[in-house]
Amino acid sequence: MAKTYEEINEKIKKGQAVVVTAEEIIDIVAEKGLKKAAHEVDVVTTGTFGPMCSSGAFLNFGHSTPRIKLGGGHAYLGTVPVYTGLAAADVYIGATAIPDDDPRNKVYPGEFNYGGGHVIEDLIAGKDLVLNASAYGTDCYPRKKLETLINIQDINEAILFSPRNAYQNYNCAVNLTDKIIYTYMGVLQANLGNANFCSAAQLSPLLNDPLYKTIGIGTRIFLGGGIGYVAWNGTQHNPAVKRKDNGVPQAGAGTLSVIGDLKQMDPKYLRGASFLGYGATLTVGIGVPIPILNEEICQYTAVRNQDIWCQIVDYGKNYPNNIPGSLGEVNYAQLFSGEVECQGKKIPAAPISSYSVAREIAATLKDWIKKGSFELTKPVQTLPGPGNGIVSKVLKERPVSPTLE
Amino acid sequence: MAICRRVVLRFPKNLVEKPFVYHLVKDYNLQFNILKAQVTPSEEGIMSLELKGQKDNYNKGIEFLTKAGVTIEQLGQNISKNDKLCTQCGLCISVCPTPALVLDQKTRQVSFNSNHCIACEMCVKVCPVKAMEVKFD
Ligand code: SF4
Ligand code: SF4
Repeated sequence: MAKTYEEINEKIKKGQAVVVTAEEIIDIVAEKGLKKAAHEVDVVTTGTFGPMCSSGAFLNFGHSTPRIKLGGGHAYLGTVPVYTGLAAADVYIGATAIPDDDPRNKVYPGEFNYGGGHVIEDLIAGKDLVLNASAYGTDCYPRKKLETLINIQDINEAILFSPRNAYQNYNCAVNLTDKIIYTYMGVLQANLGNANFCSAAQLSPLLNDPLYKTIGIGTRIFLGGGIGYVAWNGTQHNPAVKRKDNGVPQAGAGTLSVIGDLKQMDPKYLRGASFLGYGATLTVGIGVPIPILNEEICQYTAVRNQDIWCQIVDYGKNYPNNIPGSLGEVNYAQLFSGEVECQGKKIPAAPISSYSVAREIAATLKDWIKKGSFELTKPVQTLPGPGNGIVSKVLKERPVSPTLE
Repeated sequence: MAICRRVVLRFPKNLVEKPFVYHLVKDYNLQFNILKAQVTPSEEGIMSLELKGQKDNYNKGIEFLTKAGVTIEQLGQNISKNDKLCTQCGLCISVCPTPALVLDQKTRQVSFNSNHCIACEMCVKVCPVKAMEVKFD
């Protein structure tokens, strides 16, 4: 028997909704069977907590007296540059921005101790930060220099708005070269010394709704410890990748663009991070509720680590040179066991995204819904699925000055 | 009194081939556990050892090594994991040369067992939130 969003929300309001996490639903379906589980359970909550570089926030500081036009000028929060190509008092702080004088990889591998992700974490933690700006001055915005302390509670808006988060599945990274490498997938030892992976797997939002039947534009979510929304599909959304019979993509596929009020978020779930030899980023906590509208959706949420497969990719030579190809397929039960096999060699495997915090997020969201403080929203538009003809492209480079004949 | 200590021994080139560990066992009745051993490009030998035995024997053994020209560095319990900062991401596991950092299969948290730690500080460099801390005693 199918349920509607309205019926589920009625139950949530009355405090009667049956809410379980994406881990708990696995056993429920195994014990009670799909039909009974789909009938009894109203919502399944998911969670993920991993490094997500395409994250950032819009800030509006309010106008200074006299006025200054940050747009077209330069601005820094602490030592970190922010994007000023907007109006007079708006900026965007991106997770991977780093100070102009950061040594980067000059001393290899670079440490990237403080960047945009850390600024965002410090803002939410309520720290005062120095805003330093210079501008060219106009008749209506005469001021050319500004230096002041700001605090997130005093500025007009602080809106987390990330173009790509919550990747649906990802690569398992290894290194076939004979040199150690420092990547966004962590440190990869030479000659297949180790394998790193990055997914909350059976807890991960889009892996529990593999064909985007419920998660779409307008879906209300747990974002960084507060409430946010899915704004759009994320950039590089690539629904056309190969899938198993259960609908689960066998490589990175869907992504989400998300938005929410930074002021109500929690630094515990938005953490600045420094990746050795790679750069600064932001670790983001996201949880998405999935309404159990019918048996099909319930079946998707019961997906287990062993049902989710990903590709082993060489980050030594293939990934940097954009050479497609997989060294083999492994599932997340194998990966989480701590050892996988690749090219006939047993290699240690370790995660780089926190399953235990993902679990905490799914449990927190479950709590919110059970208490009646979080209702579900029906997406105003679903995300492009496998049939929509969308394929993520590689950049086709063209000569800048074509020779004329 | 029985004690257990972890030490890093550095052997200059001319001593790399000498059977020091044999003497520690035979002459000073010490038990050993090799945590890591390597010869660097300059052919200096480095060995991390866990030594167990009677305290006076241990001290005599260390004296013997020092006199022979081996440099000894004591490894205190000087690496620790700050669980207030740690996000349990797992990034440190793959750089740890010992089983000091492992993923607990049940809690899926990263557990740190200082008994295995040889204080190589790889985890300190890699941790994205600076949760692995070095304390100098
Ligand atoms: S790398 Fe740091 S944050 Fe991640 S598990 Fe290890 S100690 Fe914790
Ligand atoms: S210092 Fe860190 S990486 Fe090195 S052995 Fe100890 S726990 Fe492992």
